[in-house]
Amino acid sequence: MDFSLTDDRRMLQDSLTRFLADKYGAEHRVKVAYEAPFHDPALWGELTELGALYALAPEAQGGFGGTGFDISVVFEALGRAMCPEPVLGALMASRLLGAAGAEQDALLSGATKYAVAIAEPDAPYDLGSIGVTAKGDGEAITLSGRKTAIYGGQVAEIFLVVALMNGKPAVFEVRADQAQVVGYGLMDGGGAAELLLDDTPAALLLADAGAVIESAVNAGIVALAAEAVGLMSVAHEMTVDYLRQRKQFGVTIGKFQALQHRAVDMLTEIEQSRSLVIKAAAELDGPEASRFCAMVKALVGRAGRLVAEEAIQMHGGIGVTWEYPLAHYAKRITLLDAQLGDTDHHLGTLIDGYKAA
Amino acid sequence: MELSYSAEEKAFQREVRDWLAYTLPSHISDAVRRGGELTKAIMEEWHALLHAKGWLATTWPVEFGGTGWTPVERHIFEEECCRAYAPRIVPFGTNMLGPVLHKFGSKEQQDYHLPRILNGEIWWCQGYSEPGAGSDLASLKTRAVREGDHYVVNGQKTWTTLGQHADWIFCLVRTDPEVKAQEGISFLLIDMKTPGIEVRPIKLIEGGHEVNEVFFTDVKVPAENLVGQENKGWTIAKYLLTHERTNIANVGFSMQALEEVKALARTMKRRGRPLIEDPLFAARIAEVEIQLEAMKITNLRMLFQAQQQGAPGPETSILKIKGTVIFQELKDLARRALGPMAAPFPGHVTEGNLMFGPPDTEHNAARYFNNRKTSIYGGSNEIQRNILTKTMLEL
Ligand SMILES: Cc1cc2nc3c(=O)[nH]c(=O)nc-3n(C[C@H](O)[C@H](O)[C@H](O)COP(=O)(O)OP(=O)(O)OC[C@H]3O[C@@H](n4cnc5c(N)ncnc54)[C@H](O)[C@@H]3O)c2cc1C
Repeated sequence: MDFSLTDDRRMLQDSLTRFLADKYGAEHRVKVAYEAPFHDPALWGELTELGALYALAPEAQGGFGGTGFDISVVFEALGRAMCPEPVLGALMASRLLGAAGAEQDALLSGATKYAVAIAEPDAPYDLGSIGVTAKGDGEAITLSGRKTAIYGGQVAEIFLVVALMNGKPAVFEVRADQAQVVGYGLMDGGGAAELLLDDTPAALLLADAGAVIESAVNAGIVALAAEAVGLMSVAHEMTVDYLRQRKQFGVTIGKFQALQHRAVDMLTEIEQSRSLVIKAAAELDGPEASRFCAMVKALVGRAGRLVAEEAIQMHGGIGVTWEYPLAHYAKRITLLDAQLGDTDHHLGTLIDGYKAA
Repeated sequence: MELSYSAEEKAFQREVRDWLAYTLPSHISDAVRRGGELTKAIMEEWHALLHAKGWLATTWPVEFGGTGWTPVERHIFEEECCRAYAPRIVPFGTNMLGPVLHKFGSKEQQDYHLPRILNGEIWWCQGYSEPGAGSDLASLKTRAVREGDHYVVNGQKTWTTLGQHADWIFCLVRTDPEVKAQEGISFLLIDMKTPGIEVRPIKLIEGGHEVNEVFFTDVKVPAENLVGQENKGWTIAKYLLTHERTNIANVGFSMQALEEVKALARTMKRRGRPLIEDPLFAARIAEVEIQLEAMKITNLRMLFQAQQQGAPGPETSILKIKGTVIFQELKDLARRALGPMAAPFPGHVTEGNLMFGPPDTEHNAARYFNNRKTSIYGGSNEIQRNILTKTMLEL
């Protein structure tokens, strides 16, 4: 047993963390995350030059990582910095392109930005009820319907769209310049888009792709859960710092046991989350990936709410101000729950598993 | 035991409901329903309508132009206002300063200020908190030094709600730094146009501007603007605190929010079915509905007690704690029901006339985040627990 990182991953973690700390300070992040294009194109360039995206793909596909642990190392670092760059779309698109045996140099180098479009207004989390459907075949496929809340979609050049073909989920490539894309900023910083498809030309990437899509979603879940651990850790550190500094009634508020125990409960939940991220990352390419991914996403949803709300509460008024970075951590932690399935969705998946057994 | 309203109370309820249906303009109730920030113009219009009817000052006795209502009547009125999507009135002049002036104000102060609160000529804000004095309010440092017929005020207030719109501010200031903290505080009325006052906005978590910092540099305040006696301001502050405690359970707003959550859960879909059929989500709704039903009665029990004893007691801290938690939970459920559709920044998804989610939901995430404030201000929920620990448990 060994829970330490390999040397390679530690180097990756160190260089990413240093880069983000240098270039992506909270003030800069808050500035770029809320103004179009809702990320920093120059820093996207530098981040990709560092090889952050290559770390997300296996060697056979041109990368140098691609395991669950590579993903969690990258995303925990991104989470610590609340980084709004569209890395999640790149990760999930890379999984889909990899499964199709397609070229992904342009993706991994950061030259072309990809986003993955799964959610729909009536099917925010569930692959089983998507409604966007493909028409035609061969060179003449088109898609119609609406995809919603596509993270990174506001700057994506290529969308990988999940749509039904012959009643089964399939993956299609849609070029942003051939579709109606409505980009927007998010409450927690960063951007997303609506994709309005109306007989929009599309190229088939993967037919009958339910299992592949699930595996890409699982990779995305490990990423988001690791991001959540990064975010929660910083929110907790900021809270403990504040408990040490803020004085009321002649003492630092950290002397109040009513607050001490709650700060400890936050820590406990974060450690539990970290453990399940490790487990889900370890199982990512195994037969039980979906079960552990459901568990970790459900857990970070719960833990995230506790951490975000308690961190704000223990800061008092300062915790609900825009100027102080904690508010942005809290928003990101909270709204991350609504990406790739919220707590209830994943509990439902686990419950379905009990019924099936 | 009789849980229902008396015949007179029911008639009163009918009257309020009819009046609201007839008088509350739809552009105002629509704005409330949408859930964004309400403009000063809207608040002025609403205050004026209430004032014209004589229903603005619901906590004032009749002789000062108030309604003279009992706590139960006030409760009915607030419940009906919530039901009709009327705005909550701006409390600073009417609900906070008014009662203070009735009890502690000079005749001149009453004659000058009370009518102007009612007719909307003067808008008030509350200058209590300071950067270093939040929960520990008595440690406030803003200094007022008596020089002849005026005070000279130096220092800083913060978190001043709606200070950007206010004409006057009522402040707690330190007039004697030598004595025990609570014994050197005075209550001053200050015209915001006085030279030396600067108001700077504080942007809140969701991006809105409702609070401010207020800086005082050698601000000359006429001595006649002192309320009550010098160094007796803490008594006034404590008196005001009990008056602040009407409607802190937020029952009306929570009932409204519960209906909204249920409607949303019928609209939104999960796994091909309405969300309300998801037992996990339905259980969340049921849990909070149970709390709210209990809270309605807890609130009425405490109203009844206040009516019997003449003033709300320390047990009303229970209303503040539970009331805010219920409301916050409902805001969480609304955001949760929308799923990823709650995430856009309000106002962003308008291109191409694209209606992003169900009507009136674009502010849901913003409201959830903004309402984290309710367990922080007005005495945080931790401070309320401390009060209960001391007064009810005597520990
Ligand atoms: C949106 C908003 C609007 C406001 N409007 C106004 C206004 O109009 N006018 C005005 O004067 N003020 C206003 N306030 C200020 C509000 O009253 C203070 O924020 C509140 O008193 C808490 O003070 P603080 O923010 O300094 O937090 P702190 O007092 O620093 O508290 C930090 C944390 O420590 C906890 N804590 C403190 N003491 C204890 C203790 N003894 N035991 C256990 N826990 C403790 C608190 O509960 C909190 O969780 C507003 C605040 C907000 C957020």
